[in-house]
Amino acid sequence: MVQFSRARLDASFAALSDATRRGILEQLGRADASITDLAETFDMTLTGMKKHVGVLERAGLVATKKVGRVRTCKLGPRQLEEETAWIARYRDLWAARFDELDKIVGELKQKEKNDGRKK
Amino acid sequence: MDAKSDRTTVERKSDREVVVTRTVDGPAHLVFEAWTKAELFARWWVPKSAGLTLLSCAIDARVGGTYRLVFRHPASEQPMAFFGTYIEVMPHSRLVWTNEEAGEAGAVTTVTFEEKDGKTLVVVRDLYPSKEALDAGIGSTDGMGETFDQLDALLVALGARAG
Repeated sequence: MVQFSRARLDASFAALSDATRRGILEQLGRADASITDLAETFDMTLTGMKKHVGVLERAGLVATKKVGRVRTCKLGPRQLEEETAWIARYRDLWAARFDELDKIVGELKQKEKNDGRKK
Repeated sequence: MDAKSDRTTVERKSDREVVVTRTVDGPAHLVFEAWTKAELFARWWVPKSAGLTLLSCAIDARVGGTYRLVFRHPASEQPMAFFGTYIEVMPHSRLVWTNEEAGEAGAVTTVTFEEKDGKTLVVVRDLYPSKEALDAGIGSTDGMGETFDQLDALLVALGARAG
Protein backbone atom coordinates (compact mmCIF):
# COMPACT_ATOMS: atom_id res chain seq x y z
CA MET A 1 0.00 0.00 0.00
CA VAL A 2 1.13 3.50 -0.73
CA GLN A 3 1.69 5.61 2.36
CA PHE A 4 1.57 9.30 1.70
CA SER A 5 3.73 11.31 4.04
CA ARG A 6 2.34 14.73 4.83
CA ALA A 7 5.30 16.60 3.34
CA ARG A 8 5.18 14.59 0.14
CA LEU A 9 1.46 15.03 -0.21
CA ASP A 10 1.88 18.79 0.23
CA ALA A 11 4.60 18.80 -2.44
CA SER A 12 2.33 16.83 -4.79
CA PHE A 13 -0.60 19.16 -4.23
CA ALA A 14 1.57 22.19 -4.84
CA ALA A 15 3.09 20.64 -7.95
CA LEU A 16 -0.29 19.68 -9.38
CA SER A 17 -2.10 22.92 -8.56
CA ASP A 18 -0.88 24.40 -11.84
CA ALA A 19 -2.50 23.65 -15.19
CA THR A 20 0.80 23.78 -17.11
CA ARG A 21 2.41 21.29 -14.77
CA ARG A 22 -0.55 18.91 -15.10
CA GLY A 23 -0.21 19.30 -18.86
CA ILE A 24 3.49 18.41 -18.63
CA LEU A 25 2.64 15.18 -16.76
CA GLU A 26 0.03 14.32 -19.36
CA GLN A 27 2.57 14.93 -22.12
CA LEU A 28 5.24 12.79 -20.39
CA GLY A 29 2.65 10.05 -19.92
CA ARG A 30 2.59 9.77 -23.71
CA ALA A 31 6.36 10.03 -24.29
CA ASP A 32 9.59 11.19 -22.67
CA ALA A 33 10.65 14.68 -23.78
CA SER A 34 13.53 17.13 -23.43
CA ILE A 35 13.12 20.45 -21.63
CA THR A 36 13.43 22.13 -25.04
CA ASP A 37 10.60 19.99 -26.46
CA LEU A 38 8.39 20.81 -23.49
CA ALA A 39 9.18 24.54 -23.68
CA GLU A 40 8.15 24.51 -27.35
CA THR A 41 5.01 22.46 -26.75
CA PHE A 42 3.84 24.78 -23.98
CA ASP A 43 5.11 27.91 -25.70
CA MET A 44 7.37 28.94 -22.82
CA THR A 45 10.95 30.06 -22.28
CA LEU A 46 13.53 27.41 -21.34
CA THR A 47 13.97 29.08 -17.95
CA GLY A 48 10.24 28.97 -17.26
CA MET A 49 10.00 25.31 -18.23
CA LYS A 50 13.04 24.43 -16.08
CA LYS A 51 11.23 25.92 -13.07
CA HIS A 52 8.08 23.87 -13.69
CA VAL A 53 10.06 20.67 -14.21
CA GLY A 54 12.02 21.44 -11.01
CA VAL A 55 8.79 21.62 -8.98
CA LEU A 56 7.54 18.33 -10.46
CA GLU A 57 10.92 16.70 -9.87
CA ARG A 58 11.01 17.69 -6.19
CA ALA A 59 7.56 16.13 -5.76
CA GLY A 60 8.85 12.89 -7.32
CA LEU A 61 6.39 13.19 -10.20
CA VAL A 62 9.06 13.70 -12.85
CA ALA A 63 12.62 12.35 -13.18
CA THR A 64 15.22 14.01 -15.37
CA LYS A 65 18.50 12.81 -16.83
CA LYS A 66 21.13 14.82 -18.64
CA VAL A 67 22.74 13.19 -21.65
CA GLY A 68 25.31 15.46 -23.31
CA ARG A 69 23.64 18.84 -23.52
CA VAL A 70 20.06 17.56 -23.48
CA ARG A 71 18.03 17.07 -20.30
CA THR A 72 15.39 14.41 -20.83
CA CYS A 73 12.27 14.25 -18.65
CA LYS A 74 10.10 11.25 -17.89
CA LEU A 75 7.45 10.35 -15.33
CA GLY A 76 9.01 10.00 -11.90
CA PRO A 77 9.17 7.28 -9.23
CA ARG A 78 5.88 8.41 -7.65
CA GLN A 79 4.00 7.48 -10.82
CA LEU A 80 5.76 4.14 -11.05
CA GLU A 81 5.00 3.45 -7.40
CA GLU A 82 1.29 3.91 -8.02
CA GLU A 83 1.45 1.53 -10.96
CA THR A 84 3.19 -1.07 -8.78
CA ALA A 85 0.68 -0.44 -6.00
CA TRP A 86 -2.36 -1.16 -8.17
CA ILE A 87 -0.82 -4.35 -9.51
CA ALA A 88 -0.25 -5.46 -5.90
CA ARG A 89 -3.85 -4.61 -4.94
CA TYR A 90 -5.22 -6.39 -7.99
CA ARG A 91 -3.12 -9.44 -7.15
CA ASP A 92 -4.41 -9.41 -3.56
CA LEU A 93 -7.97 -9.44 -4.89
CA TRP A 94 -7.32 -12.37 -7.21
CA ALA A 95 -5.28 -14.29 -4.63
CA ALA A 96 -8.21 -13.98 -2.19
CA ARG A 97 -10.63 -15.13 -4.90
CA PHE A 98 -8.52 -18.14 -5.80
CA ASP A 99 -8.04 -19.07 -2.13
CA GLU A 100 -11.85 -19.34 -1.86
CA LEU A 101 -12.05 -21.16 -5.21
CA ASP A 102 -9.49 -23.70 -3.90
CA LYS A 103 -11.84 -24.58 -1.03
CA ILE A 104 -14.79 -25.09 -3.37
CA VAL A 105 -12.81 -27.25 -5.81
CA GLY A 106 -11.60 -29.24 -2.77
CA GLU A 107 -15.23 -29.84 -1.75
CA LEU A 108 -16.20 -30.84 -5.31
CA LYS A 109 -13.29 -33.29 -5.46
CA GLN A 110 -14.34 -34.86 -2.18
CA LYS A 111 -17.95 -35.09 -3.34
CA GLU A 112 -16.92 -36.73 -6.61
CA LYS A 113 -14.80 -39.23 -4.70
CA ASN A 114 -17.70 -40.06 -2.36
CA ASP A 115 -20.15 -40.39 -5.25
CA GLY A 116 -17.68 -42.67 -7.03
CA ARG A 117 -17.56 -44.99 -4.02
CA LYS A 118 -21.32 -45.31 -3.89
CA LYS A 119 -21.53 -46.51 -7.50
CA MET B 1 1.92 -12.15 1.81
CA ASP B 2 1.55 -15.85 2.53
CA ALA B 3 2.85 -18.63 0.35
CA LYS B 4 -0.64 -19.32 -1.00
CA SER B 5 -1.11 -15.82 -2.38
CA ASP B 6 2.35 -15.90 -3.96
CA ARG B 7 1.09 -18.50 -6.40
CA THR B 8 -1.12 -15.89 -8.00
CA THR B 9 0.65 -13.81 -10.64
CA VAL B 10 -0.57 -10.58 -12.21
CA GLU B 11 1.12 -9.10 -15.23
CA ARG B 12 0.29 -6.08 -17.32
CA LYS B 13 1.01 -7.45 -20.76
CA SER B 14 0.39 -4.16 -22.53
CA ASP B 15 -1.36 -0.84 -22.05
CA ARG B 16 -4.65 -2.63 -22.65
CA GLU B 17 -4.20 -6.10 -21.19
CA VAL B 18 -3.85 -7.59 -17.71
CA VAL B 19 -3.22 -11.30 -17.19
CA VAL B 20 -3.75 -13.23 -13.95
CA THR B 21 -2.57 -16.82 -13.50
CA ARG B 22 -2.96 -19.40 -10.77
CA THR B 23 -2.82 -23.18 -10.51
CA VAL B 24 -5.78 -24.77 -8.75
CA ASP B 25 -5.43 -28.18 -7.10
CA GLY B 26 -8.18 -30.03 -8.95
CA PRO B 27 -9.15 -31.31 -12.40
CA ALA B 28 -10.33 -28.85 -15.05
CA HIS B 29 -13.92 -30.10 -15.14
CA LEU B 30 -14.41 -29.20 -11.46
CA VAL B 31 -12.66 -25.83 -11.75
CA PHE B 32 -14.81 -25.06 -14.80
CA GLU B 33 -17.91 -26.02 -12.82
CA ALA B 34 -16.98 -23.52 -10.09
CA TRP B 35 -16.68 -20.80 -12.78
CA THR B 36 -19.97 -21.54 -14.52
CA LYS B 37 -22.49 -22.53 -11.82
CA ALA B 38 -23.98 -19.48 -10.12
CA GLU B 39 -24.32 -21.08 -6.67
CA LEU B 40 -20.60 -21.99 -6.69
CA PHE B 41 -19.34 -18.81 -8.41
CA ALA B 42 -21.15 -16.67 -5.82
CA ARG B 43 -19.13 -18.31 -3.06
CA TRP B 44 -15.67 -17.29 -4.29
CA TRP B 45 -15.83 -14.34 -6.73
CA VAL B 46 -16.29 -11.71 -4.02
CA PRO B 47 -13.71 -12.26 -1.28
CA LYS B 48 -14.60 -10.91 2.16
CA SER B 49 -11.61 -8.56 1.99
CA ALA B 50 -13.23 -6.71 -0.96
CA GLY B 51 -15.80 -5.18 1.41
CA LEU B 52 -18.67 -5.94 -0.96
CA THR B 53 -21.84 -7.93 -0.36
CA LEU B 54 -23.13 -10.02 -3.23
CA LEU B 55 -26.90 -9.55 -3.44
CA SER B 56 -27.58 -11.77 -6.43
CA CYS B 57 -25.72 -13.83 -9.02
CA ALA B 58 -27.24 -15.21 -12.22
CA ILE B 59 -25.14 -17.12 -14.75
CA ASP B 60 -26.19 -18.69 -18.05
CA ALA B 61 -22.87 -20.02 -19.32
CA ARG B 62 -23.82 -20.76 -22.91
CA VAL B 63 -22.71 -18.92 -26.05
CA GLY B 64 -24.97 -15.87 -26.17
CA GLY B 65 -26.07 -16.46 -22.56
CA THR B 66 -25.70 -13.66 -20.02
CA TYR B 67 -24.55 -13.16 -16.45
CA ARG B 68 -25.52 -10.55 -13.89
CA LEU B 69 -23.93 -9.89 -10.49
CA VAL B 70 -25.39 -7.33 -8.11
CA PHE B 71 -23.35 -6.00 -5.18
CA ARG B 72 -23.79 -3.66 -2.32
CA HIS B 73 -20.86 -1.44 -1.33
CA PRO B 74 -20.88 0.37 2.03
CA ALA B 75 -19.88 3.64 0.31
CA SER B 76 -22.81 3.57 -2.09
CA GLU B 77 -26.55 3.65 -1.44
CA GLN B 78 -27.41 2.14 -4.78
CA PRO B 79 -26.44 -1.48 -5.49
CA MET B 80 -23.93 -1.95 -8.32
CA ALA B 81 -24.55 -4.39 -11.16
CA PHE B 82 -21.92 -6.11 -13.29
CA PHE B 83 -23.19 -7.88 -16.36
CA GLY B 84 -22.29 -9.19 -19.79
CA THR B 85 -22.60 -11.93 -22.38
CA TYR B 86 -20.72 -15.18 -22.95
CA ILE B 87 -19.05 -15.12 -26.38
CA GLU B 88 -17.28 -18.48 -26.17
CA VAL B 89 -17.96 -21.45 -23.93
CA MET B 90 -15.79 -24.55 -24.41
CA PRO B 91 -16.53 -26.94 -21.56
CA HIS B 92 -13.57 -27.47 -19.21
CA SER B 93 -11.15 -25.40 -21.30
CA ARG B 94 -12.22 -21.89 -22.25
CA LEU B 95 -14.65 -19.08 -21.39
CA VAL B 96 -14.90 -15.65 -23.03
CA TRP B 97 -17.32 -12.99 -21.82
CA THR B 98 -17.95 -9.28 -22.23
CA ASN B 99 -18.17 -6.75 -19.38
CA GLU B 100 -21.00 -4.45 -20.38
CA GLU B 101 -21.60 -2.32 -17.27
CA ALA B 102 -18.88 0.12 -18.40
CA GLY B 103 -20.38 0.48 -21.90
CA GLU B 104 -17.79 0.70 -24.66
CA ALA B 105 -14.94 0.95 -22.11
CA GLY B 106 -15.64 -2.60 -20.93
CA ALA B 107 -13.02 -5.33 -21.13
CA VAL B 108 -13.39 -8.71 -22.79
CA THR B 109 -12.42 -11.45 -20.33
CA THR B 110 -10.89 -14.71 -21.57
CA VAL B 111 -10.33 -17.54 -19.10
CA THR B 112 -8.50 -20.71 -20.05
CA PHE B 113 -8.29 -23.93 -18.02
CA GLU B 114 -5.39 -26.29 -18.67
CA GLU B 115 -5.23 -29.55 -16.74
CA LYS B 116 -1.95 -31.27 -15.91
CA ASP B 117 -1.42 -34.06 -13.35
CA GLY B 118 -4.78 -33.44 -11.70
CA LYS B 119 -4.11 -29.69 -11.30
CA THR B 120 -5.49 -26.89 -13.45
CA LEU B 121 -3.66 -23.80 -14.65
CA VAL B 122 -6.15 -20.95 -14.84
CA VAL B 123 -5.23 -17.92 -17.00
CA VAL B 124 -7.52 -14.87 -16.87
CA ARG B 125 -6.97 -12.20 -19.54
CA ASP B 126 -8.74 -8.86 -19.42
CA LEU B 127 -8.38 -7.00 -22.70
CA TYR B 128 -9.60 -3.39 -22.59
CA PRO B 129 -10.37 -1.19 -25.61
CA SER B 130 -7.81 1.43 -24.45
CA LYS B 131 -5.23 2.23 -21.77
CA GLU B 132 -7.63 4.74 -20.19
CA ALA B 133 -10.33 2.08 -19.99
CA LEU B 134 -7.92 -0.31 -18.29
CA ASP B 135 -6.86 2.29 -15.72
CA ALA B 136 -10.48 3.13 -14.98
CA GLY B 137 -11.58 -0.51 -14.94
CA ILE B 138 -8.89 -1.67 -12.53
CA GLY B 139 -9.48 1.37 -10.37
CA SER B 140 -13.12 0.49 -9.94
CA THR B 141 -12.38 -2.99 -8.60
CA ASP B 142 -11.12 -1.89 -5.21
CA GLY B 143 -11.37 0.76 -2.57
CA MET B 144 -7.92 2.26 -3.06
CA GLY B 145 -8.76 3.07 -6.65
CA GLU B 146 -11.69 5.12 -5.46
CA THR B 147 -9.41 6.87 -2.99
CA PHE B 148 -7.06 7.83 -5.82
CA ASP B 149 -10.01 9.01 -7.91
CA GLN B 150 -11.10 11.22 -5.04
CA LEU B 151 -7.56 12.57 -4.70
CA ASP B 152 -7.48 13.26 -8.44
CA ALA B 153 -10.79 15.11 -8.25
CA LEU B 154 -9.52 17.14 -5.32
CA LEU B 155 -6.32 18.03 -7.16
CA VAL B 156 -8.24 19.14 -10.23
CA ALA B 157 -10.52 21.26 -8.01
CA LEU B 158 -7.50 22.81 -6.32
CA GLY B 159 -5.93 23.40 -9.72
CA ALA B 160 -9.05 25.11 -10.98
CA ARG B 161 -9.03 27.36 -7.93
CA ALA B 162 -5.31 28.19 -8.26
CA GLY B 163 -5.55 28.68 -12.04
